[in-house]
Amino acid sequence: MTLLDQPTGPSASVWPPDAHGPRRDPAPLLPDPEPFRMLGTPAADKLDPELLRDLYRRLVLGRRYNQQATTLTKQGRLAVYPASTGQEACQVAAAAVLRETDWLFPSYRDTLAVVSRGVRPVAALTLLRGNAHHGWDPKAHRTAPLCTPLATQAPHAVGLAHAARLRGDDVVALTMVGDGGTSEGDFHEALNFAGVLNAPVVFLVQNNGYAISVPLSKQSAAPTLAHKAVGYGISGRLVDGNDAAAVHSVLTEAVEHARSGRGPVLVEAVTYRLEAHTNADDATRYRTSDEVVAWRQRDPLAVLERHLREHDLIDDAGVAAAAEAAEELAAEMRAEFHSEPELDPMSLFEHVYAEPTPQLREQADLLAAELAAEADPR
Amino acid sequence: MSTVATPAPQSSAPARSLTMAQALNTALRDAMREDPNVLVMGEDVGTLGGVFRITDGLAAEFGADRCLDTPLAEAGILGSAIGMAMYGLRPVVELQFDAFAYPAFEQLLSHVAKMRNRTAGQLPLPITIRIPYGGGIGGVEHHSDSSEAYYAHTPGLHVLTPATVADGYGMLRAAIASDDPVVFLEPKRLYWSKDEITPGSVEPIGRAVVRRQGTSATLLTYGPSLPVCLEAAEAAKAEGWDLAVVDLRSLTPFDDETVMAAVRATGRAVVVHEATGFGGVGAEIAARVMERCFHHLAAPVLRVTGFDIPFPPPMLERHHLPGVDRILDAVARLQWEQ
Repeated sequence: MTLLDQPTGPSASVWPPDAHGPRRDPAPLLPDPEPFRMLGTPAADKLDPELLRDLYRRLVLGRRYNQQATTLTKQGRLAVYPASTGQEACQVAAAAVLRETDWLFPSYRDTLAVVSRGVRPVAALTLLRGNAHHGWDPKAHRTAPLCTPLATQAPHAVGLAHAARLRGDDVVALTMVGDGGTSEGDFHEALNFAGVLNAPVVFLVQNNGYAISVPLSKQSAAPTLAHKAVGYGISGRLVDGNDAAAVHSVLTEAVEHARSGRGPVLVEAVTYRLEAHTNADDATRYRTSDEVVAWRQRDPLAVLERHLREHDLIDDAGVAAAAEAAEELAAEMRAEFHSEPELDPMSLFEHVYAEPTPQLREQADLLAAELAAEADPR
Repeated sequence: MSTVATPAPQSSAPARSLTMAQALNTALRDAMREDPNVLVMGEDVGTLGGVFRITDGLAAEFGADRCLDTPLAEAGILGSAIGMAMYGLRPVVELQFDAFAYPAFEQLLSHVAKMRNRTAGQLPLPITIRIPYGGGIGGVEHHSDSSEAYYAHTPGLHVLTPATVADGYGMLRAAIASDDPVVFLEPKRLYWSKDEITPGSVEPIGRAVVRRQGTSATLLTYGPSLPVCLEAAEAAKAEGWDLAVVDLRSLTPFDDETVMAAVRATGRAVVVHEATGFGGVGAEIAARVMERCFHHLAAPVLRVTGFDIPFPPPMLERHHLPGVDRILDAVARLQWEQ
């Protein structure tokens, strides 16, 4: 019995009991008031040590990936890089909880999640390198292109998940949005569609505190971003985004919730962007170094490593092995980005349509003539 | 130059007389019968059959999943259609009115138009976006816009607009069969026009048609302005002018070949459309004709369009919409005295 279906009171005399559709008890949808944590709590004792060690290796790799991509940007090998440094727990967990047949819909800051899906770094970073808009086979990897217009990929995830369900396929779509993206209309419309269609979708909001420079206090007056789920009849979950075990656990539950037909889930992971928005940003203009220092104490990699060492779940050899794998990844990235990408100007006219229009054929001829003149400037 | 695979015509079905609304409905039904991946989605398309009844009966025949009543959110409709197309479906989206399509603009421009290009052909989006457009039905504000220029300006989209009942059927079949996204603009005021269709026919995308042969001057038009131009051509006979009328049908891709041949044949051209003139499709057409037919022209290419004003209230719309007199006035200014 909830407030909404009480038989007495003024509303009962005005509204027929089944007026205007279902009334649901919001209580089961509500997120916990505090972010869910596992590491450093008794809940951690029940965790599978091998899962923790795997997450640790993924985090070490992820941190090195972020560092190397940032370095490549400083060397001019990438046009721009929005680092996920500090958010690696969300990035690697998002990929780890999905089956190969599930789909990921990332935003531009989520290249680490894409790499964690098995896409090579040079392909995952194609958009940011600037030689093409996109670098991997989306269908083979079940990973949509990086989405730059905020939250506009969220309705795509809903549509794909719904289509899969229509076909009887056991597929979940997980889409990644930032705190700023939750203000976009497309985010709202995607949640609403997902709720109405009961689509097997998980919305992962990485709340890193800032939309470039604008803090969450100027972004939303919601109790938490996870509470936004409730207005759409969706379950909201709040999790410590820097606790890799907690993120993995909550996302695993969310994906299974969606897969089992119980409906979509919105997960807010509270985390922090340790670096600036991109290499082109100056974060000192909008946040204090004290704040950054405080969050470094909650660095997801340090938090997990501390837990593993305190519980004797990893030794120096294990740490060294992870570091070595990370160096291999970094060396692979340096090698792949050392060579200049091949560029074909005439490819500009391919894939605008299935077949070029007569107008595009004319324009291709024009460019071909310009290229010929450049090659032979007599 | 069609990019469309032509389905086999259905067993020599006889021509039937229908309204354009019924022809569009028949096209949707035939496409859904032939391909289980085709589905219709939008506001009020299910139980109601659409505010113009274009989807009438489809929910009953194909079920609510294939004729999907969606929440009232155009970006959500088109955005979720993108995800469906990524999974192999062929969504036909109805956006209820021209001016109600604008909330879907970002999805259309940033994703529908670009996804094939972005992914080097790996994620084509075979989505048909049906939009009732234009004035002349006494609609209040936000129900009469001619928004074709926004779409035609966007690479990656095909923009089609039928002007006859037969094209309502054949062009919608082509749009649904196209592997590229198509913005399919339906002239509302022609929904009740009546003519015959040939079931199973598919009109090629990108082909204009000469609707009336003539020798004096060529009217270039499309969609709701075609019947007005044909009426003007009849009236022009009294003035001694024999006007050709070209129905463009496809704004992108644009059929330069047919248009330029029709203009060269007469040496005079007037472009006619309802939309505001400045920065409109007519400006593009006039420029293309000047670039390609300059030495064949006896007079500057003229445009007859809606005024450069927000669409007026219904009681004043007849002063805004190009009519026979305004077209004939333009024809009279084509320097006949030379």
